[in-house]
Amino acid sequence: MAKITFITSDGKTKTVEGTSGSVMELAVQNKIKGIDGDCGGVCSCATCHVHVKPEQWNLTGAPDELENDMLEFDENVSEYSRLSCQIKVSEDLDGLELTVAK
Amino acid sequence: MKKSTISDPFKEAREGKGFGEMNDQNDPVKMVLGHKDVRKCAHNWKTFQSGGEEVGRIVVPSEVHIREIRQIPFEVDPPEHKSYRDLVDPWFKRPLESSYQASLSEIINEVVDEALDKGVIEVVEGFSLKLQSRALTLLLNIPYDEADLWISWGTHVFRSEDTALDGDKANILYDYIDAQIDKAIANPGDDLYSVLLASEVNGKKMTKEEVKGVLILTFAGGRDTVINAVTNSIAYFADHPGSLDRLRAEPEIMNTAIEELIRYFSPLTQMGRVVTEDTQVCEHAVKAQSRISMCWASANRDERVFDRANEVVLDRKVNPHVAFGFGTHNCLGATHARQIMKILLTTLTQKVKSMEILDCKENIEDLDEFKRKVGYDSINVKFNKL
Ligand code: HEM
Ligand code: FES
Repeated sequence: MAKITFITSDGKTKTVEGTSGSVMELAVQNKIKGIDGDCGGVCSCATCHVHVKPEQWNLTGAPDELENDMLEFDENVSEYSRLSCQIKVSEDLDGLELTVAK
Repeated sequence: MKKSTISDPFKEAREGKGFGEMNDQNDPVKMVLGHKDVRKCAHNWKTFQSGGEEVGRIVVPSEVHIREIRQIPFEVDPPEHKSYRDLVDPWFKRPLESSYQASLSEIINEVVDEALDKGVIEVVEGFSLKLQSRALTLLLNIPYDEADLWISWGTHVFRSEDTALDGDKANILYDYIDAQIDKAIANPGDDLYSVLLASEVNGKKMTKEEVKGVLILTFAGGRDTVINAVTNSIAYFADHPGSLDRLRAEPEIMNTAIEELIRYFSPLTQMGRVVTEDTQVCEHAVKAQSRISMCWASANRDERVFDRANEVVLDRKVNPHVAFGFGTHNCLGATHARQIMKILLTTLTQKVKSMEILDCKENIEDLDEFKRKVGYDSINVKFNKL
């Protein structure tokens, strides 16, 4: 079980629990504003873009090359950007805080 | 080569100079071919604009001579683009609602049942056009029967057999939309026309012209693209019965299968932009006021990004395709199109044992330097019941 907190563009904070699947799927199930997951998680739509807290970057790790490419020309990218469909939910992520990019 | 194969005519140019050149009605287009360059140009809306003075110029072939109405939000740049897009986005997400999906499922079951009853059917007119038209009534939230008229227009509403673009034919659609807008003004309902007419953008009421600009785009952008996606899917599964069986046995790969088919088909080959300042694409100078295009179909076969780029890999997990565009103007109709694909594939796995292509005539786009198959003019397919 991992507790993950999303901070959305309207300044609201929501903590949800997950055990499996991707962080994008977890966010969509919990109707987190700004995470749409249009492509279902194949890394094509970038509607699952989040910013990781710098001090938690080691929890998620950096994006791989293809994900990085898609982020490269996305709006509002930071050094700590990830596509949340490419992050697997696991115990290790417990306590993670993500700021939704959109 | 199988009948359903869609090959990649861009490979050599993409891996060589990185761009192609197309003369389109004496207004040449520099076609950007690589995945990264395409994304870069799509991202850079200031230098490569959609909303220039000359309406219709970003479409390839150019519609400058046949259209005066600006398509919205397609031919508007940021920041105005966002105001329009925010207005229409929620409406175009309606395909995520379960009632919408139930109605769409009825529509798709009806065409699949008809094909199975008839046994042999010409898929473009007899299946895909009907499916696409009836599904569009859901997107516009208008009565189902309205689709009969659109079906009667045939597949060539914008294009006729001998010329790529046909102004008279386009006028049929524009006059029709004018009449529908007047009807909605006289008698407002809960359809897209009425909803837009009652909307405000930046504190100003949407004008008739603006509403028309949105509707023309909804008709034009969602027609050939969906027809090709549907027809090409039928052709693919007819040629690959094992793939249909696999999808039946492993419904969990449905999502990756849809995205992969869309990548492989790339139903919209390219879209243009007008260059606003002297600059470079692919290390090659381009002048202000000239045109470039982003060739989604080529980017989607870029081997630097996709392993086995010319194969359909139904469970491709990471698939950063740009078939629905990239960035600001990414496809507004994608939610609708994806639902169509999902319900179509599900229905096929439930009802169809196999299909067989009897004969077909390919639809080859003439892009000057390149010839690209985008679908079929006609294709006769035999449907076998499960
Ligand atoms: C498989 C089917 C489809 C494909 C492959 C497709 C592809 C695309 C692509 C590549 C773009 C980007 C154009 C650009 O960057 O200038 C786009 C934009 C657009 N598409 Fe689609 N499309 C499809 C279906 C639809 C449908 C069903 C509709 C509506 C009924 C639609 C409406 C639009 C609109 C309104 C835009 C412009 C969005 C904007 O400017 O913000 N499309 N489409
Ligand atoms: S859900 Fe589409 S890129 Fe993550």
